[in-house]
Amino acid sequence: MIAGRAWKYGDNVNTDVIFPGRYTYARMEPAEMAKHALEDLDPSFAREVKPGDVIVGGRNFGCGSSREQAATCLVAAGVGAVVAKGFARIFFRNAINSGLLVLEIPDAVDAIQSGDRVEIDTERGVLIHHGKKYPFPPLPGVVQEILAAGGLIPYLRGQLAKEA
Amino acid sequence: MGKTFAEKILAQKAGLAAVEPGQIVTVRPDLGMSHDNTAAIAKLFGKIGRKRVKEPEKFVVILDHVVPAASVEYAENHKEIREFVREQGIRFYDVGRGVCHQVVVEEGLAGPGDLVLGADSHTPTYGAVGAFSAGIGRSEMAALWATGELWLRVPTSLCIELAGALPELVTAKDVILHVIGKLGADGALYQSVEFTGSLVARMAVPDRMVITNMAAEMGAKNAFFAPDEITFGYLAARTDRTFTPVYPDPDARYQDTIRFDVSRLEPQVACPPDVDHVVPISQVAGKRVDQVVVGTCTNGRIEDLRLAAEVMADQPVAEGVRMLIVPASREVWIQAAEEGLLSLFAEAGALVLNPGCGPCLGAHEGVLAPGEVGLATSNRNFKGRMGSPDAELYLGSPAVAAAAAVTGRITDPRRLLEEER
Ligand code: SF4
Repeated sequence: MIAGRAWKYGDNVNTDVIFPGRYTYARMEPAEMAKHALEDLDPSFAREVKPGDVIVGGRNFGCGSSREQAATCLVAAGVGAVVAKGFARIFFRNAINSGLLVLEIPDAVDAIQSGDRVEIDTERGVLIHHGKKYPFPPLPGVVQEILAAGGLIPYLRGQLAKEA
Repeated sequence: MGKTFAEKILAQKAGLAAVEPGQIVTVRPDLGMSHDNTAAIAKLFGKIGRKRVKEPEKFVVILDHVVPAASVEYAENHKEIREFVREQGIRFYDVGRGVCHQVVVEEGLAGPGDLVLGADSHTPTYGAVGAFSAGIGRSEMAALWATGELWLRVPTSLCIELAGALPELVTAKDVILHVIGKLGADGALYQSVEFTGSLVARMAVPDRMVITNMAAEMGAKNAFFAPDEITFGYLAARTDRTFTPVYPDPDARYQDTIRFDVSRLEPQVACPPDVDHVVPISQVAGKRVDQVVVGTCTNGRIEDLRLAAEVMADQPVAEGVRMLIVPASREVWIQAAEEGLLSLFAEAGALVLNPGCGPCLGAHEGVLAPGEVGLATSNRNFKGRMGSPDAELYLGSPAVAAAAAVTGRITDPRRLLEEER
């Protein structure tokens, strides 16, 4: 169960505003990365975000660079999930591979306002907002397994350990 | 029923008879490419619990993003990468060889029928020479090192037909900016984009690269030009590898076919802060610029430098403007030097930099201050991309960049040429 406050942004939130290119090759620990999350879009985000908070975006969330930090900085900041009308493909992959839940629920995006409380029940496959339930389809098998393992790296570690 | 390029090549690389769009398949790519992010990938690789890269001969590492190292931190990053590739026996190009995408194509590492995955979003570039190439993340590259395989979703395919002949000083860059402007930043999201049409038959490989490179900016998974004599001629001069090209079936099913006639196209400019905010140059002409950059994996080839020099026509860079020239590779740099272009730029007051990404990602070599305006031949103008989030960045062709450099304002290069004549 994920529950927290919604942080809502518009269409085409790109990786440069999620995690600026000027830090791409800087060596940062997760705590440091969390401080720069959404830095060029909403400087208040990194200061005020709480574990379990949910980012709500429009179309093409995460477009732009392939930088994985755009997903991992959100994980480090404690973000519980990103709900959007659609995701850019590399960001979508990076999120799954970093263990970050990403959901396409356009109706919910339209209803949710910044600051609203949002709950996501991953077992039942529903998002709850103002008492209203928004169901979402189950994720494909391998994707679910990667998320459950906490990302691609821990997933593979488990797989390869099994083989050995 | 016929199959598209993506459907055919992904079936082949997954060892299946046929695949459908939406299907998740496990593929074994022919090449995996990474750059300055290799040290970070190596760290993830360590976490998987593996010591040796499974098939090192299938990977290449090219240092290009912040080269030469701009700080001790970057230098340490490069040092770790050098140690890693030596240990693992991975093919390696050190700082100064060029931008990764340019180097992969110049070295003939990607070609017809190849499946290439790169830890960089502009990996679709290699579709210009008939490869299926797509960008992936860092964990995924670590996974590839460990296992040699990765899951991919089979994309739907979009056919873009380019018809007509380009007017003078209107280039492949203007074509792709126009297409992105029309289709939007998610206009080809998750899709495989195949470019066809009468214009394509006349397009050289470098022009095709401009288009496949920027297809990433409309969300495409990969972009493709069917290999033809132009492709094979280009490759023959660079590699003795033999290729097994894959072509779409004549009756392949596309989600959509969109036709663009370019005969009356004006030079195009993408306005900050979105690549799809594209307007004909007449709408932004007169805008003052502080810095002009000619280079990057999009437009840093010899053809681009020649075009910029032609438009500048021995005029000096305007007072108060910095012009940066960043050849995309050492090969381009040397060729430009031999043709006298580099000294021509320097004499005009431009600054000629080393091959690499230069200021494209805002990390070094000429970033923008708050309030400044840049115009670059690169592929992205997002907020903060070339330095300060309070700077503005416009994108245009090398001809547009050159015209801006000598006038200090966004200027239609055709006007300039008329005046010169
Ligand atoms: S030149 Fe720019 S877009 Fe191309 S690989 Fe380098 S940073 Fe990326």
